[in-house]
Amino acid sequence: MRHLKKWTLAAATTVAMMGTSSIAYAACDEIILGSAISFTGKYSTNGIHAKNGYDLAVKKINDMGGVKIGDNCYNFKVKYYDDESTPARTAQLLERLIKQDGVKYFLGPYSSATTKAAAPIMEKYKIPMIEAEGASRSLFNKGYKYLFAVLSTSEQYLASSVALAAEIAKKNGKKPGDVKVAMAFENDPFSLDVRAGVLDDVKKHGLKVVIDDKLPRDLSDMSATLTKVKALKPDLLVISGHSKGAATAFRQLGELKIDTPMIAITHCEAAKVTSKFPKVANGVLCPTQWAETLSYKGPYFGTAAEYDKAFKAAYKDYKNVPYQSAQASAAVLVWHDALKRAQSLDPDKVRDAIAATDLKTFYGSIKFSKAGNNVAKPMVLRQIQDGKYNVVAPSEWASHKVEYPRKAQ
Amino acid sequence: MLDNLNLLVIAPFLNVQLLLDGLFIGAIFALAAYGLALVWGVMNVKNLCQGEYVIMGGYFAWYIGSKGIHPMFAMPVAIVGMFGFGWFIYKIIISRVVEKDMFTSLLATFGLAIVIQQGLNLAFGPEVQVANSGYPTHTIPMLGGSITVAEIKFYSFLICCALAGAVIFFMKTSRMGQAIRATSQDARAAKVMGIDTEQVFAFTYALNAAICGAAGVLISMIWVIQPFYGITHSIRAFVIVTAAGFGNLVGVIMAAFGLGVAEQYGGFVFGAEMQQATVVGMLLLVLIWRQVQMSRYRQAVQ
Repeated sequence: MRHLKKWTLAAATTVAMMGTSSIAYAACDEIILGSAISFTGKYSTNGIHAKNGYDLAVKKINDMGGVKIGDNCYNFKVKYYDDESTPARTAQLLERLIKQDGVKYFLGPYSSATTKAAAPIMEKYKIPMIEAEGASRSLFNKGYKYLFAVLSTSEQYLASSVALAAEIAKKNGKKPGDVKVAMAFENDPFSLDVRAGVLDDVKKHGLKVVIDDKLPRDLSDMSATLTKVKALKPDLLVISGHSKGAATAFRQLGELKIDTPMIAITHCEAAKVTSKFPKVANGVLCPTQWAETLSYKGPYFGTAAEYDKAFKAAYKDYKNVPYQSAQASAAVLVWHDALKRAQSLDPDKVRDAIAATDLKTFYGSIKFSKAGNNVAKPMVLRQIQDGKYNVVAPSEWASHKVEYPRKAQ
Repeated sequence: MLDNLNLLVIAPFLNVQLLLDGLFIGAIFALAAYGLALVWGVMNVKNLCQGEYVIMGGYFAWYIGSKGIHPMFAMPVAIVGMFGFGWFIYKIIISRVVEKDMFTSLLATFGLAIVIQQGLNLAFGPEVQVANSGYPTHTIPMLGGSITVAEIKFYSFLICCALAGAVIFFMKTSRMGQAIRATSQDARAAKVMGIDTEQVFAFTYALNAAICGAAGVLISMIWVIQPFYGITHSIRAFVIVTAAGFGNLVGVIMAAFGLGVAEQYGGFVFGAEMQQATVVGMLLLVLIWRQVQMSRYRQAVQ
């Protein structure tokens, strides 16, 4: 039934397109963007979010007349394969896209693990990939030249909370050295990346770490760590452990009545904390790549809010636009911008054009470092205020003021 | 590490907090471990899907909670439901491996664990779930600080005690309880005396599933559940039974309390990543000590 609906929708759109802009479409060639992404398996939910983001941006660009290179015009088309959420399959399918299907431009898969498998293949064939869903910082310290990422890397996830704590301490006339930080991170690559970022910022601002616990993968009890928090009374508590860690943390923060004035936790939304722990969740800071309330603006979709509207109009099932979709759309925009500037279809020239990207979009600014990660877009910190996620940092983009100290339940 | 020990000395109320948390959690461990001890002792089946039964029980509570009913009402439903499920599993799988060697039953129950995990994953999705009891947490000033007691943990403790009491009473006084004890002493002799051991095995296995289900309902209100979290509960149950032996319920309960407290202290002193390692390390020490103790009586057969 679902498929039927999709097909009818696709057919209807095709008919509509043929009616309105058949001339423009007929005159343009196609540029195929390849992507092996997860439609099944453990990443499937987010993989489909990403695909929807890709598709929306592709449609937008084609509606705007596609890419003009010299006298020719091209429309984007994405060729997808399902990588079943397994990195080995991602690698296999990318080889197939390159060797059999002759694809020369790529969009990324979903997750750091699959992107890690993709990067060496792109290097081997010297074909550029713009990815939007792999945040691990290990992707950007290997010297890859053909991998570009529009999203903020994982070590930035909670780093801004440290800066915020330092800022507030300064305002209250406290020395940074007196600000105590408690950290609890799961012992897995993603959370350890987040931890590394927090540690860097702690050092930079000169704060003091009082607890640094690593949570094992299969732990569903962190009350021992939180008991320590109660005793040492830190000013900032940072926790990262995917949605399981978030759910456990919120539950036990309430049970042990932890009254730390500032708490930052990743994966709040995935763990649905506002509906499950409405009281405890209030005042907690949660990082995100993007939010529709941000004042970002760009030439394609307009503002973040306008993108939000366009996305919801295109995909009626969504009540909230996931940031995974927004960043996927941004990756397609970078392709368009780079091809336009390169004025060539040669992968190496296009690669250099991507490297020189300096683009403002609804998703934030995009500018790549030498390593290929986006250094122009900060990670956004939202605070749960009365059950709503409001952007509070960085202050340049904030829509609300941070509530400090957090009201203990 | 030394800082943490120092902290325990200068702030003694923390000891009370850790002790209480450990005891409350230990009571729930005791339930699942006692079920395992039963099955192990009576049928000599090492049930590797113990943790999965616990998680299944948790899903009863979560499901009922998500329908707007208090998750505590899931307790009788989970006990009855899991009893039926255990009986069914015994009839179609376990009854065929009871007489076989240890590895067959290990493999069968391990396979069962995987099937249950994936089944739960298909039915409820891989998201982490919690059941909300809605009970408040109380703060009690004590020893120059204050400890918190979540009401749900206290109630769980009482429920565990009641359930354990009921099981002991049942085993001591009822006809079936006698039959189970007789079968565990010597299955063949019991059969000769006219006990339907097949029936006893089925009942024991189903009773184990029911006890695990009850533990799961409490777990989902205290911690979190997810289709793949059963394994930690299995490991805890095995650690407790290995340390206590499966003959005595009192031993199992004491070991469970000990494990609960040791986990809390291990996590506090060595950091959360050593929480489980502390427990397994202690098991190792117990086993070595036992080995030394028994070597006096051991005679070489040549």
